[in-house]
Amino acid sequence: MTLVEIIEKLGLELLTDPKDFSQVVPSGGYASDLLSCVMTGAPHQGVWVTLQAHGNIVAVGALLELSAIIITGGAAPDQETIDKANHEGVTLLSTGMTTYEVVGRLWELGLRNS
Amino acid sequence: MELSSLRAEHVITDKEAKTIGRIEELSYELRIGEVMTRNFISVAQDMRMEQVLDLFREKRISGAPVVAEGSLAGILSIEDLIRCLRAGDTQALVTKYMARQVVTIRAGDTVIEALKLFTQKQYGRLPVVDESGKLVGILTKGDVTRGVLRALESDYQMEEIRRYRASHLFEDIVSERSSLILRYTIAPRDFACGGQASSSIKKALLRLGATPQIARRCGIAVYEAEMNLILHTPNGGTITAEIEPHLINIKVEDDGPGIEDPSLAMKPGYSTASEQVRELGFGAGMGLPNIERCVDEMSLESAVGVGTTLTMKIDLQPPAIELRHRYAVSLGRWEKTRPAIASRQAGESGPEGEVAT
Repeated sequence: MTLVEIIEKLGLELLTDPKDFSQVVPSGGYASDLLSCVMTGAPHQGVWVTLQAHGNIVAVGALLELSAIIITGGAAPDQETIDKANHEGVTLLSTGMTTYEVVGRLWELGLRNS
Repeated sequence: MELSSLRAEHVITDKEAKTIGRIEELSYELRIGEVMTRNFISVAQDMRMEQVLDLFREKRISGAPVVAEGSLAGILSIEDLIRCLRAGDTQALVTKYMARQVVTIRAGDTVIEALKLFTQKQYGRLPVVDESGKLVGILTKGDVTRGVLRALESDYQMEEIRRYRASHLFEDIVSERSSLILRYTIAPRDFACGGQASSSIKKALLRLGATPQIARRCGIAVYEAEMNLILHTPNGGTITAEIEPHLINIKVEDDGPGIEDPSLAMKPGYSTASEQVRELGFGAGMGLPNIERCVDEMSLESAVGVGTTLTMKIDLQPPAIELRHRYAVSLGRWEKTRPAIASRQAGESGPEGEVAT
């Protein structure tokens, strides 16, 4: 499943610069608000679902080469964070849904960790 | 080996496997969804054949799926049009001439599945459906060729860049022992810059030809150390990474506050982080255990009121044989090392008492 489908089906808002998301195929997913846990558990090129919206999520996203970070609960990162994400090539998506709901929807769409 | 000779019932022997090229490999890796055409032209089931004729001519296509309320009803090809023209029946509805038994392929399938269908059934195009059976694209042989070429090109470019980068520095500069030293000063409480040193080191390693996996491991280890300096030290600290062709040696130093019990700090989940820091998602108590997981050797030395020195080693080339790590704990010190092969043969447990790996 491509990131385009995920964005469309979950109605996610793209916060960073648009890319050819039809070429991005997330490898799986991970949900946590604890950065070190994400470092341990998130699959390479997966999507990360979190409530955190501060600048350090970008560093984590870049290091793990995540396909995208989905920021839940309507939390809004500041412009500095978005600029940093664009610079690092990290895709930030936002939604008003809770983490629980987003993960459920992703699972339903068939995004499982292989 | 020709792609067309790959059939479902064909079992590949080890000998043949060696000759499988990158194109074959790609056709097992690439997904239909990655190469298919998403903006395809479809025909509504209430259209007349005459309109289809105009459409095919105008869009220069030789076939299209027939769609009824978003789902696939059939498929029309140029052969169906010819049959209709011969019968002089251009006012007929598309449903009269379309093929209703349509073989579809799933977007999540690999390209090899499509290649099998193309060669076995002589189809020109395949409708692509998602898990729920909804039509999401069209796949032609041309799409497959383009997709494979695009993937090959990006492979090739990556390989070129990697080789170029890797071949230079350490090969062209001759010394008895060359190394590249990267130094970073980390300011305390500087959350905005968190991750900069680790990201820089990771990029440097990739440019020097390290595998993406090793670069990632190194990035994670340095990130955790970097965040520790930002979160826990009053004056920040320094990160020094010394890169040699076979090894990266990283030293992280600060002058306080020091860790009272390094073995406790190594325990997953143990954290001294403040409430404020935890709200930012730090303080999971996984920092040092994460580092330990990512590096080949590690030593943590600390004294309260004096400071902490963390050293980490990552092999840039994996050792030929797997070595078991030895863990040593003493006052103010925590260490993960790999015993030399000779001492391993002499007996696996060291004088300091070994913990299982």
